[in-house]
Amino acid sequence: MDDDAPVIYGLEFQARALTAQTAETDAIRFLVGTQSLKFDNQIHIIDFDDENNMINKSVLLHDAGEIWHISGSPADKAVLTTCYSKTSENRVLTCAAVWRMPPEWESGSHESPDDSSNNPQTLELLCHLDNTAHGSVACVLWEPLGDGKRVISLAENHVLLWDLQESSTKATISSTATLEGKGQLKFTAGKWSPHHNSTQLVTANDTAIRGWDLRSMSQIYCIENAHGQLVRDLDFNPNKQYYLASCGDDCKVKFWDVRHINEPVKCLEEHSHWVWSVRYNHSHDQLLLTGSSDSRVILSNMVSISSEPFGHLVDDDDLSDNEENQQEDKYTSLSLMYLRLVQYNSIHFHHFSSAQFS
Amino acid sequence: MSSATTPPDSDPTGRRRVHSMLKLYYGLNEEGTAAEQAESLDPCDINGPHFDPEVYLNKLRKDCSLCELMDHESCMVKQIRSLDSDMQTLVYENYNKFISATDTIRKMKNDFKKMEDEMDCLSANMAAITEFSARISGTLQDQHAQITKLSGVHTLLRKLQFLFELPARLNKCLELQAYAQAVSAHRRARCVLQQYSHMPSFRGIQDDCHVIMEQLAQQLRQKFRDGGSSAKDLSECVELLLQLDEPAEELCDKFLSHAQSRLEADLQGLEFIDRGCNEFVSSLCLVIASYQELFINRPQEGELASKNIPEMANGKLHVFVDTLAARYFSLVERRIQEEKGVGDNSLLVRALDRFHRRLQAITKLLPGSAVPSHGTEIVVRAARERIKQYLSALQTFYHDSLTDVRQALAAPRLAVGGASASGELLTSLSNFILNQLKSVLASVHLFTAKDITFSNKPYFKGEFCSQGVREGLVVSFIKFICQSSRQYCESAGDRGGSTPPALLLLLSRLCLDYETSTISYILTLTDEQFLVQHHTPVTPVTALCAEAREAAQKLLNHYVKVQGLIISQMLRKSVETRDWVNTIEPRNVRAVMKRVVEDTTSIDVQVGLLYEEGVRKAHSSDSSKRTFSVYSSSRQQIRYAPSYTPSAPMDTNLLSNIHKLFSERIDIFSPVEFNKVSVLTGIIKISLKTFLECVRIRTFGRYGLQQIQVDCHYLQMYLWRFVSDENLVHFLLDEIVGSAAHRCLDPSPMEQSVIEVICERG
Repeated sequence: MDDDAPVIYGLEFQARALTAQTAETDAIRFLVGTQSLKFDNQIHIIDFDDENNMINKSVLLHDAGEIWHISGSPADKAVLTTCYSKTSENRVLTCAAVWRMPPEWESGSHESPDDSSNNPQTLELLCHLDNTAHGSVACVLWEPLGDGKRVISLAENHVLLWDLQESSTKATISSTATLEGKGQLKFTAGKWSPHHNSTQLVTANDTAIRGWDLRSMSQIYCIENAHGQLVRDLDFNPNKQYYLASCGDDCKVKFWDVRHINEPVKCLEEHSHWVWSVRYNHSHDQLLLTGSSDSRVILSNMVSISSEPFGHLVDDDDLSDNEENQQEDKYTSLSLMYLRLVQYNSIHFHHFSSAQFS
Repeated sequence: MSSATTPPDSDPTGRRRVHSMLKLYYGLNEEGTAAEQAESLDPCDINGPHFDPEVYLNKLRKDCSLCELMDHESCMVKQIRSLDSDMQTLVYENYNKFISATDTIRKMKNDFKKMEDEMDCLSANMAAITEFSARISGTLQDQHAQITKLSGVHTLLRKLQFLFELPARLNKCLELQAYAQAVSAHRRARCVLQQYSHMPSFRGIQDDCHVIMEQLAQQLRQKFRDGGSSAKDLSECVELLLQLDEPAEELCDKFLSHAQSRLEADLQGLEFIDRGCNEFVSSLCLVIASYQELFINRPQEGELASKNIPEMANGKLHVFVDTLAARYFSLVERRIQEEKGVGDNSLLVRALDRFHRRLQAITKLLPGSAVPSHGTEIVVRAARERIKQYLSALQTFYHDSLTDVRQALAAPRLAVGGASASGELLTSLSNFILNQLKSVLASVHLFTAKDITFSNKPYFKGEFCSQGVREGLVVSFIKFICQSSRQYCESAGDRGGSTPPALLLLLSRLCLDYETSTISYILTLTDEQFLVQHHTPVTPVTALCAEAREAAQKLLNHYVKVQGLIISQMLRKSVETRDWVNTIEPRNVRAVMKRVVEDTTSIDVQVGLLYEEGVRKAHSSDSSKRTFSVYSSSRQQIRYAPSYTPSAPMDTNLLSNIHKLFSERIDIFSPVEFNKVSVLTGIIKISLKTFLECVRIRTFGRYGLQQIQVDCHYLQMYLWRFVSDENLVHFLLDEIVGSAAHRCLDPSPMEQSVIEVICERG
């Protein structure tokens, strides 16, 4: 494995949506959705072969519109949701839909890279998450660790919980919650908590972070003014159920213990412009990636508030098979394991691969 | 005849010759004659002793002629004649003397005879007296013995009388409370009574005396026990009791316990050091002095000596003094701790000085005592405490003045006059702080004044100055300023941005000033004032300066960030809330852009009051003005035209990508320098970057794009002058328009000339 060379993959179009395929546990696989107003948009499936330090890619057509958010089903690696904007009658509306990748894509992917652009296969639409009544969808969240039957969509100021039935071909709203308040409230980000039997959701609107109980669809906590400005992204610590990281336009990354919401547990101020996204590493929760429009991605090592605060930070076995013993090198190689999207010189989304250390 | 022939000048020699010859005659041999004798060995010398007339005559006869002989003969005759007369005179004189001597001798003979008679008479008388005397003494022998005996009896009687009167006298003394007299009387009689106690009458007296003395001792003890008596009375009592053979140890105890009760009464009323010094310590000293006089220093007599009292007494005294002093000290310390007000340090210092001085008296009295060193410790502690208080007072003062500044900043600005206030505020703030620091230093300096007794203690000479004042007060304060400044950076912006940006700016300048001059000034001042000798390592000036600079940098960075975010917020709201797809054709520059320019201008003014202009890149000279003027004229506009009038979205993309390749990478937030241009550049970079980001997540209609074009052109017209490198503004604005074009559904850009018209109008 050549640690020195970063792996670069170029897209024809600009892209803003990226996710690690959560159901895929064998390969390091990312899904990228492109944004183009003029041309048909695509979903790129990128496999990272860490033994050869190579990328295998496949392209699927997504002709519904430019993709703002993408999310893979935790149960079926062929199923994914996208949030895409649709322009009609001088109106731009962001819709959400559940798609299935055509079964042949994998065979197609092994052809030469040129072929994939020539003959891209089209995603199969399973169902729309109909949001005409609720406005633009900011994001769609799958139930973590679930069976791929439940998703949540955040549309304007509504939280919609959907049940997917009949092999995800039919979506019905099982419950909703609405954020009331003065002014035009709009969810900007959300995260379904993997803890508490997946009964909690956290959302961000403007500068506030709110926690929801999905059984009663009611708000359970609210961190007003969590950030000085707009909150851009959230992520749960995968191992500590009350810990939450958030980032926003005030250039800060904050860590919260949702039981004590008056003060953040910790606050990082490394970036010099908006922090667009924040992600925990799935297995090493001291590792945190933040991406900012100051053109930097920062990998932070937050041992003190991780689930293993007292050491054994880096277990040689866990990290990778063929690592050097020096920690810094490990981080370097770790940082190669995420895929980041560089668009317009800014970094918007990045994900740790869900497969990477499984 | 011969004398006639003697020449007149020969007379003296002739006389001397006579003398010498007389001397020869009388056997006198003077030394002076020796020479003459040597000369006169010649037998022809007529005056010499070996003169031989025959030889002489022969010689004359042989040598001389007749005439000469005749002359010589006559001369000789003359000489002989004169010699004869001399001889006659001498004989006569001597005869006279003999006669007078014979007369005298005869007279003496007569006198002695008379004396002999008188002596005989005297001896006769003496014999008579001796006889009489012997007879008298013989008769008086018996009576003398009797008289001696009588006078002995007399004294004995007087003594006896004293003894017999003793009880009565003692009683009387007792009544009159003349204890000292009584005791001394008793002491005199005691031995006698003891000796003769086998006789019943004396025994009676002795018993009486005993009873009375017992009574007296009782009274004395009573008096001793009574609280009211003064230390002097007390010591008198003790002295008397000691003379009465009271057990010394018990007395020591009693004395001390009594003194204790009295001193404790003092302590209870002890409110102020002043009083404590005046009353407590002086009475303590008195007690010690009298105690020592009583028990320790007194000459040891008789059996008292064997008891080794001084050692025991000394031990007791030390314990006594220590316990009392401990209580006193705890009181003093409590009192000092209550002394929280920092207004006038001189009072406290004076009080401490007095306290310390009085304790020195104890040192003199009681050399081995730990009391004075405890006292010094108290003073040292008080001084330390004081420094702490001053530090906190300074900190409070600093906070207060910051609050004032904040209020002044928040107060509605009165036109332009209000804006210039921030410069004045800075100077007044730093002056306030400096003055306060100076006055504190002056107050603290009192501790080391020459006339203060404890100032020459090693602590006050060394550690107090370096560790206490320099490190504990001055350095801590400077560090506090830096630290609190840094806190402003951390706390602000979290919850509604509590710190006004102007304050950040002002503090940043303050810290910078500290870095450049104030810190070294303050430290030099302190070192000079306190003559600090650094025995222990102290914080160097450079470290403090570095800290201040860091704080200044952090504050300025934060200022840039806060201001940038404020403008960003404005821009973000304006982009997010608009429906860019369905907007109308642009007629005006949007109000928010004007607001941005206004705000930037006011920030420029604000920063300009406190920071220097700074260096621009080449464009900032005259050429840049020219550029601007040409820029507003339509022809030269072509220079920027391509990026504003993209022919196709891909072109724009390509252009901007190429641009990116060749232009320097822009750090959105690089640390700012301490000048205006750098600050403004930072703010504008952040703002435009925000604008760019906002544009990228929107979708634009045709007119939306055109509106962005107008807005960017407007910004370009006004913002270039604030930044160090105007290409930066150009680049970011190109990016914005490019991105808008890329996000546009119907990218048909507006004519450049129209844009200019709109911008110039609005």
